[in-house]
Amino acid sequence: MVQFTDWDILKNLLLAARWTILLSLLAFAGGGLFGLILTLLRSMRSKIITRIIQTYVEIFQGIPLLMQLFLTFFGLSLIGIEVDAWSAAVISLTLFSSAFFHDIWRGCIEALPKGQWEACRTLGLTYLQTMRYVIVPQAMRMSIAPTVGFSVQIVKGTALASVIGFVELTKAGTMINNAVFQPFKVFAMVAVLYFLICFPLSVLARHLEKKNHVAR
Amino acid sequence: MSLVSLDQVHKYYGENHVLKGVDLKVEAGEVVSIIGRSGSGKSTLLRCMNGLEEYQKGAVIVDNQSVENDDYKLRLLSRSVGMVFQNFNLFPHMTVGENVMLATKLVMKKSSADSEILAKELLEKVGLADKFSAYPGNLSGGQQQRVAIARSLAMSPKVLLCDEITSALDPELVGEVLKVLEKLKQEGMTLILVTHEMNFARDVGDRVVFMNQGRVWETGQSDEVFSNPQTEELQSFLAAVR
Repeated sequence: MVQFTDWDILKNLLLAARWTILLSLLAFAGGGLFGLILTLLRSMRSKIITRIIQTYVEIFQGIPLLMQLFLTFFGLSLIGIEVDAWSAAVISLTLFSSAFFHDIWRGCIEALPKGQWEACRTLGLTYLQTMRYVIVPQAMRMSIAPTVGFSVQIVKGTALASVIGFVELTKAGTMINNAVFQPFKVFAMVAVLYFLICFPLSVLARHLEKKNHVAR
Repeated sequence: MSLVSLDQVHKYYGENHVLKGVDLKVEAGEVVSIIGRSGSGKSTLLRCMNGLEEYQKGAVIVDNQSVENDDYKLRLLSRSVGMVFQNFNLFPHMTVGENVMLATKLVMKKSSADSEILAKELLEKVGLADKFSAYPGNLSGGQQQRVAIARSLAMSPKVLLCDEITSALDPELVGEVLKVLEKLKQEGMTLILVTHEMNFARDVGDRVVFMNQGRVWETGQSDEVFSNPQTEELQSFLAAVR
């Protein structure tokens, strides 16, 4: 029987952690972009658009991410689109995080006093000018900390992609454990690696939040 | 034709009938104070004059333009009508200078250099020449409000609407803002103000409009209205605020 040293285990986990990080980055970028589009569409205050986006957000916030992964992975193949675990994971996490990002950013925009919009209107600014020069810069400053904070949730969410067979950190841990039968050691290592990815993000979020409070 | 003309203006918030057929004419160069209890519709009336509030019946015409709920028309109107708010509504992420120059650049399409000259001139006028690079958050309320006035003036409006612009100020800061208004009056600016400053309304204002229950209840020359109120409602209002 092949013997695994601790270094072997750690090495393989680290290799798998690359995919966790890459998946997180893709979900963050995709979800961020899509969330931004939703936010801009919604700020136009069309009743129909708002209703549609609201429904979208409620669906993706109200269903466990695990179910969303299953539905994407198995559902798409049911209608004839073959997706690999990779694509299914990226799509699910993108949709999931776009709903949350949208909600965070909408909240930041709505937290701005109505007077900011009124001042722009009385000065004759167009909607786009108002957004570009007055609303977005202020909302962005407010949103940095919660946005970074949510990215921690994305990283942890990628663990669920293991159940559809995507080999990232958690899946790699399961596979290695099946070979070495040392669950506590293996999963402790997995946990530490997740912590090492997430902790700096949490610290960053807290730092940005403090900075933001001082600025105001 | 009057600079500002309201004809039988009705406004509803749902079931609530807030303006019940208001007629009002303001000539160029006049300083008109709108007074009344809270809930009498005076702020709403002011906000109907620049399209911040829609009205359901009647006509509002300012500088020969009909005030309608149409984004393009309201943007054109914004060159004739300036507004100063109770809470200043300055842009906190921009310097004082940037606040004043934003619309001159974006809306009036003035160059940066021209905008800067104009902004400095206007800040000088409101006594804040040295605050060009300061942020609003570092100014007192009175200073912020004077910046807001300068920002409105940068669009060279024909009429300036002032919505309780001293109400959020500490008492000792009210004077500096009213002084600016007095200066504007001397320069011939048309001012329509919703105000609680009865002394200012009497001493500087030309005309007073007393709003009550969504109607223009009583109106007339300032000194006359204050020294000899005709209606019981105005008498009791004046007695209460003095």
